Amino acid sequence: MDSQFEPKILAFVCNWCTYAGADLTGTSRIKYATNVRIVRFPCTGRIDYNLLLRAFAQGADGIIVSGCHPNDCHYTSGNFHARRRWMVFRQMMEYMGIDMRRVKFSWVSAAEGAKWAEVVNSAVADVRELGPSKAFQAMAREVA
Amino acid sequence: MQALHQKAQELLESGRAKVIIGYGSGSGEKVRPVFVRNIADAPKLVWDQRCRQNLAVYLAKPEIKKMGMPAMVATPVVVRSIVQLIAERQLKCFELITLVIENAVVSELTDNAALEAYVANHPVVFPPPVKKEIETLAAMSVEERFKFWQDELSRCFKCYACRSSCPLCYCERCITECNQPQWVDVAPHALGNFEWHINRAMHMAGRCVQCGSCNIACPVGIPIALLTIEATRFVEREFGQHAGTQCNSPAALSSFRVEDKETFIL
Repeated sequence: MDSQFEPKILAFVCNWCTYAGADLTGTSRIKYATNVRIVRFPCTGRIDYNLLLRAFAQGADGIIVSGCHPNDCHYTSGNFHARRRWMVFRQMMEYMGIDMRRVKFSWVSAAEGAKWAEVVNSAVADVRELGPSKAFQAMAREVA
Repeated sequence: MQALHQKAQELLESGRAKVIIGYGSGSGEKVRPVFVRNIADAPKLVWDQRCRQNLAVYLAKPEIKKMGMPAMVATPVVVRSIVQLIAERQLKCFELITLVIENAVVSELTDNAALEAYVANHPVVFPPPVKKEIETLAAMSVEERFKFWQDELSRCFKCYACRSSCPLCYCERCITECNQPQWVDVAPHALGNFEWHINRAMHMAGRCVQCGSCNIACPVGIPIALLTIEATRFVEREFGQHAGTQCNSPAALSSFRVEDKETFIL
């Protein structure tokens, strides 16, 4: 395995909690892994699982999906809908043979700057161990 | 079968039904769907253990609706599909005549309660080969399952017969037909096949009535029903919602409980 492998992690986060939480991590000067690119959504309820599939297809090695804690959603119930969707999606991905240790789901509030750093660090560590995402690369190789 | 022919003739003669949708002789030893509109054609209707295709797929089609009031010869899977279509507000119980046949007696299921009672008395039964496949897959590791599905899906060439045969795939514009943006790669390569089938499974979660018509329809013999069945059974286990059993039930992925339990969110 390539000892220089640096995973590419894409993070889909909600604007009101996790994005603000990530800002807090920065303003608190907490150092954490730099492998993550953050994509901002109004709510986790907006995050379509097809976006996660597209991220893997375009070379992401790992994904983080994060939003407001249950009962704290800025739009009241977006994260409840997201939670159900994630449960089913995770099950179907595992059923079709994709290792879901590459995808981390979390509730990170705007006050949890330290937690965001932990989530990112653990995601990067786990994906570094798993290696580059082979499954989607194998499937994408057939694309002309 | 005699009772069925008689019933068909009665319904057409009285004008209560404009078309009887049932099974008739197909090519070789098979049966295929038939649409009987003339009393003289009633003897074409067949009823035996070969009748497995899910006829409910016709109920949401505008061309069939134009024919007028349908009477449908309903196997248990057809009744489950009808209940699910009612739950999704695509159908009302009085917009068709549901005919069920038990012990050579033909009876009508006239209201939601009758439909639900029939479903309760005829639970989902998988033939032994399907049961075995479900167990085998559950016992495999993630890598083994990846290999299994890559092998199976390599034969898929995106004919969408699975979609066409499914009574719950009634969208006038399927997600595959959206190209701004192209959510699902339509090409029949490994990635395109993977994206299509996981999307179909996700769209069937909590809606699939486990009829197996997609398996029958697939021209290259992919056990495609295993995917949608897995999605719908996961919803049964986790959210307690069983597709095709209640005429008044919320859609599983459009509703939630505050107490939904998961084990993986950090």
